[in-house]
Amino acid sequence: MSIVIIQYNAGNIQSVLYALERVGVTATVTDNLEAIQAADKVIFPGVGEASTAMAYLKERNLDTVIKNLQQPVLGICLGMQLMCAYSEENDTTCIGIFEEQVKLFKPTDQTIKVPQIGWNTISNLKTDLFRGIPENSFTYFVHGYYAALGEHAIATTNYIQDYSSALHKNNFYGVQFHPEKSAKVGEQIIKNFLELS
Amino acid sequence: MLTKRIIPCLDIKDGRTVKGVNFEQIRDAGDPVELGALYAEQGADELVFLDITATVEKRKTLIELVNKIAHRINIPFTVGGGIKTEDDVSILLQNGADKISINTAAFLEPTIISRFSKNFGSQCVVLAIDAKCEADNNWYVYLKGGREKTGKLVTDWAREAVELGVGEILLTSMNHDGTKQGFALDITAQLAETLPVPIIASGGGGTTAHFYDVFTKGKADAALAASIFHYKEIAIPDLKQYLHNKGISIRL
Repeated sequence: MSIVIIQYNAGNIQSVLYALERVGVTATVTDNLEAIQAADKVIFPGVGEASTAMAYLKERNLDTVIKNLQQPVLGICLGMQLMCAYSEENDTTCIGIFEEQVKLFKPTDQTIKVPQIGWNTISNLKTDLFRGIPENSFTYFVHGYYAALGEHAIATTNYIQDYSSALHKNNFYGVQFHPEKSAKVGEQIIKNFLELS
Repeated sequence: MLTKRIIPCLDIKDGRTVKGVNFEQIRDAGDPVELGALYAEQGADELVFLDITATVEKRKTLIELVNKIAHRINIPFTVGGGIKTEDDVSILLQNGADKISINTAAFLEPTIISRFSKNFGSQCVVLAIDAKCEADNNWYVYLKGGREKTGKLVTDWAREAVELGVGEILLTSMNHDGTKQGFALDITAQLAETLPVPIIASGGGGTTAHFYDVFTKGKADAALAASIFHYKEIAIPDLKQYLHNKGISIRL
């Protein structure tokens, strides 16, 4: 099985690569369009800023390539947000696989910190991506923007309000949390993704 | 619900874990890779690695160590010690660190905060502040591993740093560090209640009750400790179970 991690100008790519190694698989990190199209599984990671990342993807035609992929694709954190229609982060039009809108957390009082940093629960879990994962499992989040609840939500999390912590449409999956940093739960989610057909 | 975080800290000197009292009397506490892996297994929420030697010639040792740790550990980890340039940050991130912690260099050249947060994202930039409460009852910023006093108030420096773009603040009380007499609740609460970023409290955690206090009275988002974990005085699962039983939101 060939697994490709999309290389672009965003962080945490290395962490994803090491997490895959820990579950016993080797992946290739690349921005080569043919290699991405030919892979059995594609991971689209990311920690960073939306408009800069989108500009980089567009310049290399990666946005169109990602949108037209037929194999299972997993977007992580910013990767998932870029798969949505629009992000409030610097008013960015994104790839548009999911219709969900990405919005900035607005604290309701002074004790609520933005970005959300730390472990929070995922619930209303759907699809085989979460096979064997108990409701209310903890995963690790670092994000200031969130995907609003919508028809493609396959997990929800509460921070200030309920939002989509995972999305699914056809062959596309996205998670707001970092499975590569979410201990055993995250490892299981990565294994589940690798087993999707 | 977002949980409070328990963060073991590994002070690294020449590739080994060490621990001192009030920043002095340093002794050996084991292999950082093995300790880190053990803590991750036991339910630590994150790890912090601070290179307390941090000289140029020892940089390579640290990078190799970060790479080894990144291969083993499935939770987030922060690396600090002697970071001054974008290249320093890049190489640590490329070797698997999730966040970097800056201290003296940021104080001497505050624009590195804005540069780092622009290039790597503020979620990646942790500001460590070594704080000491003086006879005048004010908390002052100390530099260079606690060896050099500044005239700057901790509250002022923390606010400026947040404006420049730090994503989290790691506040260590030098008065409390290594004493096991409890965290500095007043200054922790003061920062936590006035700043929009998470505050990690450090220094003085000796009993499970101290952690309860730092999350309730100290309003901390996370608590960091070293020797009580290294010397197995408190086991992480026991601490987390205790906090959970006391009604603190915690990941079990």
